Amino acid sequence: MPGPYELLLLPFVEYGFMRRALVACFGLAIGCGPIGVFLILRRMSLVGDAMSHAVLPGAAIAFLMFGFSLTAMTIGGFLVGLAVALLAGSVTRLTPLREDASFAALFLISLALGVTLVSSQGSSVDLMHLLFGAILAVDNPALLLIASIASVSVLTLAVIFRALVIECLDPAFLRSVHGGGARFHFLFLVLVVLNLVAGFQSLGTLMTVGLMMLPAASARFWTAGIGPMLVFSACAAFACGYVGLLVSYHANLPSGPSIILTAGALYLLSVAFGRHGGLVSNYLRAPHFQR
Amino acid sequence: MRAPNASIRIDNLTVAYDRHPAVHHLCGAFEAGSMTAIVGPNGAGKSSLLKAIVGLLRPSEGRVDLTGALPHDIAYLPQQAEIDRQFPIPVLDTVAMGFWRRCGAFGAIDGAMRAIARDALAAVGLRGFESRPIGTLSVGQFQRVLFARVMVQDAPVILLDEPFNAIDTRTTDDLLDLVRRWSGERRTIIAVLHDLDQVRSNFPETLLISRERIGWGATADTLTAENLMRARQMSEAWDERAPLCDVHPGRS
Repeated sequence: MPGPYELLLLPFVEYGFMRRALVACFGLAIGCGPIGVFLILRRMSLVGDAMSHAVLPGAAIAFLMFGFSLTAMTIGGFLVGLAVALLAGSVTRLTPLREDASFAALFLISLALGVTLVSSQGSSVDLMHLLFGAILAVDNPALLLIASIASVSVLTLAVIFRALVIECLDPAFLRSVHGGGARFHFLFLVLVVLNLVAGFQSLGTLMTVGLMMLPAASARFWTAGIGPMLVFSACAAFACGYVGLLVSYHANLPSGPSIILTAGALYLLSVAFGRHGGLVSNYLRAPHFQR
Repeated sequence: MRAPNASIRIDNLTVAYDRHPAVHHLCGAFEAGSMTAIVGPNGAGKSSLLKAIVGLLRPSEGRVDLTGALPHDIAYLPQQAEIDRQFPIPVLDTVAMGFWRRCGAFGAIDGAMRAIARDALAAVGLRGFESRPIGTLSVGQFQRVLFARVMVQDAPVILLDEPFNAIDTRTTDDLLDLVRRWSGERRTIIAVLHDLDQVRSNFPETLLISRERIGWGATADTLTAENLMRARQMSEAWDERAPLCDVHPGRS
């Protein structure tokens, strides 16, 4: 029977790839957790998912031009993701179409383009790698990329925090005081794309969305303010990364999905037992006050 | 703040939806320091007029000229704020949004400003609500929070779109006192209202509108039985085969 040391720490002490994977999870959690909170507050929860599909043609074009180079594919994915985000954002601003619809339209176009490019050349095996990642193969340049993106996104969020909160809460107010809400919203969309690209190699774009949305959705059930939600979301994302890596190591499961399934378990627990609006708390009748 | 002196000139303004006019060739002016009620039936273009003044709607013809104030100097309380009431933000922070003109996206909100926000909450009768999440407020209480935000905005021009809907009589009287106080500070006030008695006893000037201007001036002269009858005759339905408008009134 292995002790807690063998269970919880030894894998990271023994293997460099596990340590790098843990650091990758830390960086991704710091970046993606808070981004997910703002996506939820803005009622754009599915936009992260849409964007994760939208980056495909960029990666495919880079793959066709430069072969299996992660740098090229990361840059390609980022540029196409950015183009889709800015186009969809502009359609929302300039026409009556709602944000979810404009994102859905553009990501579908982008996805179809990507699939066409991939099936015309190249093998699908490599692109599976792109969509689902390989966290145990994270190298030092990838870690640097993750750390940089996490730093940029936390700092940017801190700087535009007030504008972003007001833009989420009452966009009409910001328009009426000519507060330039569009600028801040676009900056936020850039952060979303950056963070998806950060998870490219380690988790794959599809799984990165899981780390973005699941801890943030769980945070809603445990905290009441925006600040606590942001902190909870980032911490929970890292905890899920740590637990998920251990599960994948001991049970010999693929690492990316283990991490996201751990986050999924946290989410289900929060829905059931969360203090703010969890199912159980809704059915328990707490005694009420006199006034 | 130095005494505000902001007037609004409406010059041949037409605001249209799908080319059907909601406000039609409106001319006139809201003088500096005036306190005007806008009255008219549903669909008469009252809210559209306010939105055009704030710059949220682009006129299809004509223009709105602001003198003595910049476009962002207008405090605007919409009829139905598109605010997600589940949003996890406390009441005091919502009121403090009104400091945007002073501190923008990056400036600090200091203790003095927080004190002003707390005083504004007290003025609308919500002392002690500072740290409550907005989701726990009733519709009427939340409307008062938005009133406090307008107060904090400290703007020379204040536009209120049906501000007393869903508010009880006592609070309406308190808020009307507040509006009169703003007017005493020479702010220019425009409010869309439906309660004619309220208009007669509180607002010196009235614009009676039903797409076009029916009357605009001293309230007693505007809200005559004959004018009100004319306003009521406006057809709410669009005529899909309406001919193009060829009115070209002289620039006023």
